[in-house]
Amino acid sequence: MRRLRATVRTPTGFAGSAILLLVLFFVVAGPILWGPQAARINPLDILAGPSARHPLGTDELGRDILAEVFTASRLSLELSVLATLIGAAVGVPLGAVVAVLSPRPRRLIGTLINFTVSFPGLLLAIFLAVIVGVGSTGAVLAIGFGSAPGFARLSQTLASSVTEMDYLAAARLLGVSRTRLLFRHVLRNIGEPIILNVTMSVGGALLALSGLSFLGLGVQPPSYDWGRLLSDGLANIATNPLESLGPGAAIVITGIGFNLFGESLAQVLGQRVAPRRPGRKERRRLLAEPGARPAQPLPASPGSPAGRQPILRVEGLSVTFPRQRPASRPVRDVSFELAPGEIVGIAGESGSGKSLTALAIARLLPNGAEASAARLEFLGNDMFTWRGAEASRILGTKLPMVFQDPMTSLNPALHLGIQLTEASQVHQGTPRRQALERAAERLRAVRIDRPDERLCQYPHELSGGQRQRAVIAMGLMGEPRLIIADEPTTALDTTVQRQVLAIFRELSETTHSAMIMISHDVAVLGELCSRVLVMYGGLIMEDAPVGELAGARHPYARMLVEAVPDLGTARDRPLATIQGQPPSPAALPPGCPFAPRCPRALERCRLELPAATEVSPGHRVRCFNPLTFDETLVTLVEPATP
Amino acid sequence: MNGLRQRHPSLEFYARRSLRFVLSLLAMVIVSFAMIRVIPGNPVRAQLGITATEQEIRIRTRELGLNQSLLSQLWTYLGHLFTGHLGTSITLQEPVSNIIATRLPNTLEIASMAFLVTMVLSISAGLLLGAFTNGGRHPRTELSFTATTGLLVTIPEFVLAVLLQYVFGVKLGILPIAEKSGWTSYIMPVASLSIPPAAALSRLVRVETLNALGRDYMRTARSKRLPARLLYLRHVLPNVLTATLTLGGLLLVGLIAGTVLVETVFAWPGIGSTIVQAIEQKDYPLIQALVLLLGSMVLFVNFVVDILLGAIDPRSAIRTT
Ligand code: SF4
Repeated sequence: MRRLRATVRTPTGFAGSAILLLVLFFVVAGPILWGPQAARINPLDILAGPSARHPLGTDELGRDILAEVFTASRLSLELSVLATLIGAAVGVPLGAVVAVLSPRPRRLIGTLINFTVSFPGLLLAIFLAVIVGVGSTGAVLAIGFGSAPGFARLSQTLASSVTEMDYLAAARLLGVSRTRLLFRHVLRNIGEPIILNVTMSVGGALLALSGLSFLGLGVQPPSYDWGRLLSDGLANIATNPLESLGPGAAIVITGIGFNLFGESLAQVLGQRVAPRRPGRKERRRLLAEPGARPAQPLPASPGSPAGRQPILRVEGLSVTFPRQRPASRPVRDVSFELAPGEIVGIAGESGSGKSLTALAIARLLPNGAEASAARLEFLGNDMFTWRGAEASRILGTKLPMVFQDPMTSLNPALHLGIQLTEASQVHQGTPRRQALERAAERLRAVRIDRPDERLCQYPHELSGGQRQRAVIAMGLMGEPRLIIADEPTTALDTTVQRQVLAIFRELSETTHSAMIMISHDVAVLGELCSRVLVMYGGLIMEDAPVGELAGARHPYARMLVEAVPDLGTARDRPLATIQGQPPSPAALPPGCPFAPRCPRALERCRLELPAATEVSPGHRVRCFNPLTFDETLVTLVEPATP
Repeated sequence: MNGLRQRHPSLEFYARRSLRFVLSLLAMVIVSFAMIRVIPGNPVRAQLGITATEQEIRIRTRELGLNQSLLSQLWTYLGHLFTGHLGTSITLQEPVSNIIATRLPNTLEIASMAFLVTMVLSISAGLLLGAFTNGGRHPRTELSFTATTGLLVTIPEFVLAVLLQYVFGVKLGILPIAEKSGWTSYIMPVASLSIPPAAALSRLVRVETLNALGRDYMRTARSKRLPARLLYLRHVLPNVLTATLTLGGLLLVGLIAGTVLVETVFAWPGIGSTIVQAIEQKDYPLIQALVLLLGSMVLFVNFVVDILLGAIDPRSAIRTT
């Protein structure tokens, strides 16, 4: 009911429901108010043109055509609704059931549906007209059964395609709860087309039935619907065009009403009401918010030898979703530098802003997200203003990305060969054959067997681990200077994880490319990286050389580290667990975002945002009450066994 | 079979689809055969009317072969089909095969033209609009596109045909009102056949484009900084084609039905207008042949679409074999 009201409130929904209400009025009142007039035969006024008394003229018996059009509303709509109901009642459940059946019966019924879907209503109508004779019964049955396989096929494909879709990445990206997003998106994806289809189908059935009546295969005289009136009028199109255009208009207007209504209903159900203000994806902006101001001149990163230009320079990077309600800022004041060949890890829970940080750096933020920074430079180029072929060439060959889910990050419709070689072909003008040779070589480098054969395969023919390796190989086609890997091993099982990590380690040695490795798993980062940034609530809480990670100073960072047995200072102690939930990016507290969960929180922590301060060379912490190196977080440690 | 599946999954797919096509054709033949045998009462009397004498009925029954056993009737029917012997039209007094030979090309002409126009128009418009309105940009363009196509989708081809006939034929007098003559006489039938499906399909293409643009693999493609042309034509288009072809096939099938209506409006000498007359006059041999013909065309279109889908989207091939 609430949804219906919301539907009526959209402009299209309002227009649609207004038309449908009008149609409903004529369906109910038409035959009562205009029926008698439509039946009045007047031999003195045959085939008259439009006049004040007869706005659409009269037919060959002198009956008023406008009154006939009004009267015909009831029969036309009754038959259409009936036909649609027959179709939907048979088709939708059939298709939905088929989707969950075991393969054999599914294939059988699927074949049957495919066979019958190929029968247009008109052919069925002809068939039935031959058997039961021409008339409205045959026509309604034909249109109804004719539309059933369509409904079945639709609900079948929708139900089975939902399982293939991948919204988890997006869910994590936006920090929205998985169940909520899944529920909403799945519902939207299957509900919308079905509702759209059923509502529009009433309109469609009306058109089909009118068509049948128009051909003389539907409603038979002395009854009449709009289709019959239209075909009767066609004979006089040269003398009185309104006689055929009148009923034609009635058919079209009613159809539009159904369309508009169905569409806005679907929109409301899918909550896809258009955003108010479209905006640029990325926009440079000075940060006005206190506490979000970029840190003072950055201390040189420990890994970057003085004098060498950093590969990447990030200062005061923020990501906002200005159109979200409430507007959120999932990344705040992120600053760090990356020296050539350095591997930096970003650790944090989902929703900490680590993935968005990576996407913002690569200029690949999703629609609706905006990045701003005091400075964001890759190889000395300002990422906000750097455009053109040169920028594309360098970014396309030197800044590859590896995403979390290899199942969805390769294009399912293209051979691996195309996907691996296209960047080289476009940006470096490498001839196809040569590019393919290099691709095979790169696949071999990431230990994919039979590389030449793989190039002619589609992504679905590879396993998850192979696909992720293929994505990595894709990044190696150019000369990578910075590889950004966003949870590259999370979707893989443990043994494959190890192999893929080994490949990353090997790569950093052979290519000397810098890397940003994002993971929720500190252990993975500790093995691979020279420096780890720990993010929480969109902020870098600690930026520590990996050697100092075991004695992390920030309470949150320490808790993460102590949750890993190998990295913790005291291996004999039971593991720490972190209680509570991370904050939502849309509702960040004014003070330290970790304050609600922090055992060391002070009064001040809830009011002010701590600034990043250097505690030792190349080691920054954002905390008012940091731990000392050898202090332990006793309060947090829960005995594993009582 | 298992070995074959492992080595050539696509080959098995094509084999299965071909088998299915042949089987459905056979079913179609049987349906067309059974059609006039299941008519309640005596079809011959129904056709000749109540004034017909016993003698006339007996002669006509023998002409139609209805006096023999069902099995031998089916046998004769199959044999006749293979030799192209489709019987003689009762009303036109002409072999059915002749009627089809002269009228089918006229139908195929406007249907294939309309299909081409539909595909070209809708794919280019849908992709363009999808790229243009991605991420809620240009809401006004989006609104006018959905409004226009929404209107066009709703106008059924025969109402559009009547409207065009009135405007261009009667009022402006620049196009021939009806019947087949020079190339100008094709314009209105093709337009009325292609405009509604093109509107429907371009909407779908736009939505599918938006859908594809939001997928992970597009993020990967964007990370390669490909030019927009490659991004859309190579990465989006194939993923859009699956849905487009599925609906396109349905629309093409609808087009076969649509020709019946449009041919009637424009008095186009195709098989569509013929079948309507045949039904009115209960010309069973003609109806039977035309139902078989239209049905087979429908099956053939579906077969071709399936094969194309398998080639474009290999996952669908594996999934449904
Ligand atoms: S600033 Fe305060 S609340 Fe935040 S981590 Fe440090 S001690 Fe805890």
